[in-house]
Amino acid sequence: MSALRERIRTVIDEEPVALFMKGTPQLVMCGNSSRALEALRALGAPVTAVDVLPDPGIRQELSALSGWPTIPQVFVRGELIGGADICEELLASGELRQKLDERLGSGALTGDERVVDVLAAAH
Amino acid sequence: MSATEVLESRLRRAFPEADELSVVDRTGGGDHFHVTVATSRFAGLPLIDQHRLVNEALAEPLADGTIHELRITTKGTA
Repeated sequence: MSALRERIRTVIDEEPVALFMKGTPQLVMCGNSSRALEALRALGAPVTAVDVLPDPGIRQELSALSGWPTIPQVFVRGELIGGADICEELLASGELRQKLDERLGSGALTGDERVVDVLAAAH
Repeated sequence: MSATEVLESRLRRAFPEADELSVVDRTGGGDHFHVTVATSRFAGLPLIDQHRLVNEALAEPLADGTIHELRITTKGTA
C-alpha cells in the first residue's frame, strides 16, 4: 500500500469525523463540499478536513479505499456516511445527530475544525 | 446524444423498473447534474446503498469526467 493511501486510511480510522473535501473549511472550493461541511457544522460536529485538490492522487487513493467515486466524503469513526446529499438528508431526518451521538459519545460536539495534510510525511 | 441523455439512458438500463427517473442539467453547462431515481428496489435499503447503486450505474461518466458534479435524490417506493 502506498504511503499516501496509508496516511488517508489513518485519517479515516483515527479521526472522529473525517471530511474529504475540495478546499478547506476556511476556503471551500465546491458547492457539495460546502453542503456537507454545513450539515456537520449545524450539529457542531468536530471536523477533521482533508483537502483533495493539491494532488489528484489523494482522490484516487481515497476512492480506492472507500469505493465511493465522488467528493465530498464524510466518515464517522471510520464508517463512510456518504456525500453531501446523504449528509443533508440525514441531518433533516435526525439520523446524523443520532449517529454522531452514538459513535462519538456525549460532549463530542465541540465544533472544532482542523485540517490535515495527507501529503506531508508525518502529521 | 447530450450528456443528459447519456446519463438518463444509463440509469434507465440500470433501473428499468423505476417509478420515477430524471436527470437535470443544473447549470446548463452539461456537467453539473441532479439525478432522481425512485424504485421499489430502494425500499428498506440504507441511503448510502441506494446512492451506491446510482453511482455504479454512472461509474463510467463519473470516471471519465463527463460528470463534474452530481447530486442524487433517491426514493424507495412501495
